[in-house]
Amino acid sequence: MGMTVAEKILARASGLGTVKAGEVVEPRVDVAMSHENAALVINQFTEVFEGTGLEVKVWDPSKIVIIFDHRVPAESSKTATNQKKIREFVARQAIPNFHDVRGDEGGICHQILPENGYIRPGYVVVGTDSHTTSHGALGAFSFGIGATEMASVWALGRVLNVEVPGTIKVVVNGDFAPGVGPKDLILHLIGTLTAEGANFKVIEFHGDAIRRMSTSGRLVICNMTVEAGATSGIVPADEETVRYLREEAGVSDPVDLVTPDADAVYDQVIEIDAAALAPQIACPHTVDNVKPVDAVAGTRVNQIVIGSCTNGRLDDLETAAAILKGKKVAAGTRMLVFPATWRIYKRAMKAGVLETLVDAGAVIVNPGCGCCLGVHQGALGDGEVALSTTNRNFKGRMGNPNADVYLCSPAVAAASALTGVISDPRKVV
Amino acid sequence: MAKVVFKIGDDVSTDTIYPGRFMATVLPSETPQYAFADFKEFNAKIRNKELPVGSIIIGGKNFGCGSSREQAASCLATPGLVVVARNFARIFLQNSINVGLKTVICPSIEAEEGDELEITPVEVKNVTKGRSHPVVPLPKARQAIVDAGGLIPYTRKLLVQERSA
Ligand code: SF4
Repeated sequence: MGMTVAEKILARASGLGTVKAGEVVEPRVDVAMSHENAALVINQFTEVFEGTGLEVKVWDPSKIVIIFDHRVPAESSKTATNQKKIREFVARQAIPNFHDVRGDEGGICHQILPENGYIRPGYVVVGTDSHTTSHGALGAFSFGIGATEMASVWALGRVLNVEVPGTIKVVVNGDFAPGVGPKDLILHLIGTLTAEGANFKVIEFHGDAIRRMSTSGRLVICNMTVEAGATSGIVPADEETVRYLREEAGVSDPVDLVTPDADAVYDQVIEIDAAALAPQIACPHTVDNVKPVDAVAGTRVNQIVIGSCTNGRLDDLETAAAILKGKKVAAGTRMLVFPATWRIYKRAMKAGVLETLVDAGAVIVNPGCGCCLGVHQGALGDGEVALSTTNRNFKGRMGNPNADVYLCSPAVAAASALTGVISDPRKVV
Repeated sequence: MAKVVFKIGDDVSTDTIYPGRFMATVLPSETPQYAFADFKEFNAKIRNKELPVGSIIIGGKNFGCGSSREQAASCLATPGLVVVARNFARIFLQNSINVGLKTVICPSIEAEEGDELEITPVEVKNVTKGRSHPVVPLPKARQAIVDAGGLIPYTRKLLVQERSA
């Protein structure tokens, strides 16, 4: 019986010939990522060693990556102190892969990992962040874990008790209509599956629309698979993956493309016609409350947000700039743009993209999670409405439980910035 | 027997259980003060340590979806609360097992605030309503972590074996 991509990766990482869904395995880890919540991981990790007499040492410093992004620069003395403790730990354990609050190497963890070549097809990647699903875009098996589980990984180098997940195969064929793209696809899929439809499962993407999709687009869809409850999203690695690794991530060593067996067994197969998709929008307060944009067009918007690990890459900013060039953000609407990393920020700066957006009235915020979380930037007022390219619209997500957050693509966000109301980009541009 | 002290619907996210604005607070001893922070009355009961250990929260389906923040599990584990829900989101369930929050998967659960429940390994008896609801047991591998007292002691044992070898 054949294996899915997730089964193949888990079998290899667990030293087994084959595994199948439902089995419990202990895969070794290739990349273990944490952000500011490393503060809690350090606490739990230290506790693991209590009373053992063993030296407090991580299993392999070269496989740990620590990235500050959630609250940068620190919004409070508490965060600053946590960050200071993490810096000290990084130095003590000689962890070489550390991305501090710096313009030359900083940004959001889920973009830092792929663009710096940390991710390879076939890897087992864990992160103390639910959107670690993103890295399946490069053919890895990548999933979110809690801080105590990460402490266990730091100690042992493997994840204990992973149940091999079943896989849902999603086949997307056809060409997207203009103004429609990966974000609309994944919102549509989440609406179809519901917020728990893929709980404890992997979503493996196939079809010619996926083969033609850039790695940037694949990161969008894998990023949001967790919103359907998925353990991981996976796009089987192909020529585009190799191109991305070579040209953009600076990887020169051989790449092993892991593809599913022809007779792999799937729990469910979903087929989607990309050509039939209209721009989609997730309405308050759950990500699976998805409708075509037309259903809520005309809703007044106070704040437009473009950025995040979901849609803060150069192509997203370019899409927005093309729509806003020479025009103005509507009076009474504010627009915040936060590129995912400083590398993207610099490219957008050189290409004039940031200038176009600023001239239109947008505010450019530093790379980081700021506006997505609403902890220290971009919080909403009572009764306000935000339209955002981020990935979550739960009550209170942008810092205020008495506000509404809608989720959409960069094209919908930029078109709506022009009009001040939720708008279909195909009708505005 | 223990009382249902709070009931909440489907798809309760970790942002609802432990809002993002408190994420800089990480220690299990400190997180309970922000548990369900936007539900002022219930939060006050946790904050003021008014709830007996074993008090029950009733959730719907997909309890604990969203962010992987472990504070959402530890803020309920520290005061000794129990969550009975139709089912749980993956990371939250795993975190609960790891930090010792008692979670009970009970797909047909029906209970209101104030009801008295008796929880056994196979069923949840709603004593007030006189009805029983079957429990879905944890997979064996997960149960081993619960039995060890959480993932920290479980890992410690393996660590000592492997590093002394
Ligand atoms: S940008 Fe938002 S979703 Fe992405 S890692 Fe940061 S907080 Fe999480």
